[in-house]
Amino acid sequence: MSAEVVTATPDLTTRPSTLRIILRNPLSRTGVVLLGLVLIALVAAVVIDWVAPDAAWKADLYQLNAAPGTDGHLLGTDSGGRDVLVRLVVATRATMFAGVIALVVAVLLGVPGGLISGYYGGKVDLVLDWLSSLAMSLPSIVVLLAIISSLGTSMWISMTTLGCMMAPAVFRLLRAQVHAVRNELYVDAARVAGLSDARIISRHVLRVVRGPLVLMISVLSGVAITVQTGLDFLGLGDSTTITWGGMLSEGFAAMTLNRVLFIWPGLAMALTVAAFFLVASGARDALQGIDGGSTTAPPAPERIRLTKVPTSQSSATPAEDEVLAVRGLVIGYPSGDGLVEVVHGADLTLRKGRTLGLVGESGSGKSQTAFAVLHLLPRQARLSGGEIWLDGTDLLALPRRERERRVRSAIAYVPQEPMSNLDPTFTIGYQLTEPLRARGVGRKAARERATALLTRTGIRDPERVMASYPHQISGGMAQRVLIAGALSTDPHVLIADEPTTALDVTVQAEILDLLRGLQAEFGMSILLVSHDLGVIADLCDDVAVMREGQVVEAATAENFFAHPRHEYSRMLLAAVPAEHEVRAEYVADRSVRQDAAPREKHS
Amino acid sequence: MVRLLFRRAVAALVLMIAVAVAGFVITGLGNSDPGRSILGPQATAAQVEAENHRLGLDRSQVEQFTDWAGGVVRGDLGRSYLGDRPVTEKITNYLPVTMSLVALSMVVIAVLSLVLAVASVSGRAWVDRCVQLLAVIGHVLPGYLLALLLLLLFAVQFQLFPVFGYTPIGESPAQWLRGLALPVIALALGSVAGAALQARGALMDVLEADYVRTLRSRGIGGRSVLFRHALRNASPAWLTSLSLGFVALLAGAFMVEKVFALPGLGTLSVEATSSGDRPVLMGVVVLTGGLVVVVNLLVDLLQMWLIPKARTA
Repeated sequence: MSAEVVTATPDLTTRPSTLRIILRNPLSRTGVVLLGLVLIALVAAVVIDWVAPDAAWKADLYQLNAAPGTDGHLLGTDSGGRDVLVRLVVATRATMFAGVIALVVAVLLGVPGGLISGYYGGKVDLVLDWLSSLAMSLPSIVVLLAIISSLGTSMWISMTTLGCMMAPAVFRLLRAQVHAVRNELYVDAARVAGLSDARIISRHVLRVVRGPLVLMISVLSGVAITVQTGLDFLGLGDSTTITWGGMLSEGFAAMTLNRVLFIWPGLAMALTVAAFFLVASGARDALQGIDGGSTTAPPAPERIRLTKVPTSQSSATPAEDEVLAVRGLVIGYPSGDGLVEVVHGADLTLRKGRTLGLVGESGSGKSQTAFAVLHLLPRQARLSGGEIWLDGTDLLALPRRERERRVRSAIAYVPQEPMSNLDPTFTIGYQLTEPLRARGVGRKAARERATALLTRTGIRDPERVMASYPHQISGGMAQRVLIAGALSTDPHVLIADEPTTALDVTVQAEILDLLRGLQAEFGMSILLVSHDLGVIADLCDDVAVMREGQVVEAATAENFFAHPRHEYSRMLLAAVPAEHEVRAEYVADRSVRQDAAPREKHS
Repeated sequence: MVRLLFRRAVAALVLMIAVAVAGFVITGLGNSDPGRSILGPQATAAQVEAENHRLGLDRSQVEQFTDWAGGVVRGDLGRSYLGDRPVTEKITNYLPVTMSLVALSMVVIAVLSLVLAVASVSGRAWVDRCVQLLAVIGHVLPGYLLALLLLLLFAVQFQLFPVFGYTPIGESPAQWLRGLALPVIALALGSVAGAALQARGALMDVLEADYVRTLRSRGIGGRSVLFRHALRNASPAWLTSLSLGFVALLAGAFMVEKVFALPGLGTLSVEATSSGDRPVLMGVVVLTGGLVVVVNLLVDLLQMWLIPKARTA
């Protein structure tokens, strides 16, 4: 989409280092600090083990269950009179070690498995995927209990088992990511260029995967620590080592005597898990190039004022026969700190009973203009100026509700892509009757009307189509259904956005015929958005050309095709492959239609 | 659609058999001596051997498995080594507590996550922050730790809820709910955010779909679009996260039960683990595996009901 950038884009030339980005986010900064504390505790644990190996077991029998802050015991003592802080620090080592075992196993199994499965697919993929769903169909705690019952409470065994149970998470992530990357064009290119699979995987695939993988590993390390602590808490841990889980279990048992005892190991565990998570989130964002430091919330709608831009034409009330008139329309989207304008002051006039073709290349703002008229712009879009006159009333001067009501009762919309414009979960019949029912039409009457409309749009067995789901009908039929849906609300203006682009050539002609017939029958005015000059020539009385968010030429179709005034119009016309044919066809068709006036040809 | 269901059911059955085999292999890894642990250290070697023979443990593992599996098909899970009671009887005694806990938690998670997701896409920024906070809490505070904190705060400190114990729903529904309130909060809170984030993401995607714009062009109001069309189309992601959450809930329940001294499957399994009661453990393995498989099938069915296209896949 071509767009004029109003505000300066952020400078992308200097990319700060990953660490720098991580530290910029206050949350990740907290994570780094916490992680530092964990590391200090780890070092302290090793030092204590070396200097005073029995410090964690030394009981102060005069001070059982001492409160935190008691002289000599910063966090108090437990029910055995042992110092809580010393035990907490010493326990860091075993708890971390347990986490590392589980994590290493999970990564060693999951990463190669995921890479192979995602890259090669086939039978290997089937087998590995089935194994992972087997592992995922049992809660890991059940498997851990089964292992412990037969092999005992060794931390090595239970953490290796936990690693196996966590491996499917890594496997699934890698597999999905690799599968997505594998079908990318640049990977195909690399393969054609003769790069080996190993090289492609390490160069292209791992690069994409590392961000999510880092986050996954941090999440799993949290899981490993909490599960290990949980096992100890259940009394199924390795009783020969001091862990946070063991301390938690002791604290729980002594809760009536010493209420805060379980808090300390719980806090240590929670903060450690938080540290991993926060740092990893920061790292992931940094690897993906998202700057977590600046929060770019879209500006609230109230803050944008409707600024009336001086319009190129007089802003007086449009003439009687001007059903729809757009004056100086400005549409923008918030981006960074400002707005990016995609339409800058567009003017359009649609006269009663006529068809206006809105031409332009993709990104010229023609669809945006159409959606603005339909009151269907995305939520982020800002209508920051202009007027939209419908039947002599400026819609933009009306309150939201009233504007919505008027547009819905007068204007209907025929979309471009027939399949994606039907809700896949409801039958065609439901989708056709729903708007009628919302307007208070009875169930039976609504069904009859929908059937009649389907018949009118050329569907031979309307009953069957009504009972079908969207995926059960063809594209051409879906477009007829959408046209029927548009007609159901009795509009006098029809806005069709590239209504034939997605269809086969033969179906295209039928749909255009249908539109022409309906217009004559119901006396509608049509705004036809298209980049296809053939379609425009076939159907339109007037033409407006849009380029880079502005209307550069507006003329009758006759004049436009015969004497295009604007340079860009001439370029467009010259770009049509068989220019003469289009024009010849147009002139011939025009004479037929004028002969046949009043238009009854198709009704 | 019938064929699709049949295929799913067969796959589920194969998975169940695999779970049973894996469970049997795992619980049989060690060289435990159930006869000895039942009779105690005073028993003679001959007595122990006789006991093992009575339990059928002197046969090959394959023979033991086929014998056990044959029983399972007939609804007989064997007899516990402890007290010589049928495993099915033990499990039916302990199961209601865990099922109450897990089912209530599932309801809380489903309702809360949906409400949060809908509120979030309706443009309430504080809801987003709430969900993000919940997600971090859920990750950082595992269920049992949350349970401990709730126990300390509301049961020990303020004595608003019972500290221990379980009242069957048949006895007094109000007491049942009161006893489970804290455990359910502890168990559910962590999973709410995950499901809410899934639902929110899917809803955001659906609300940007072409057909939503077309529906709006026909004058279908925002409420109908959101509740009738968008929620239905967004449901698969949410349902998947719920079915994954179910496995996590079962695991969490084992530990939360201990905190509130609830006599559930967790209590039973821990007891069986410490005493090497293989038949009970195998029963728990088969039961939890079966529950997970059934929940997954239910989710599949629900998905087929909500998304017509899923019926043909």
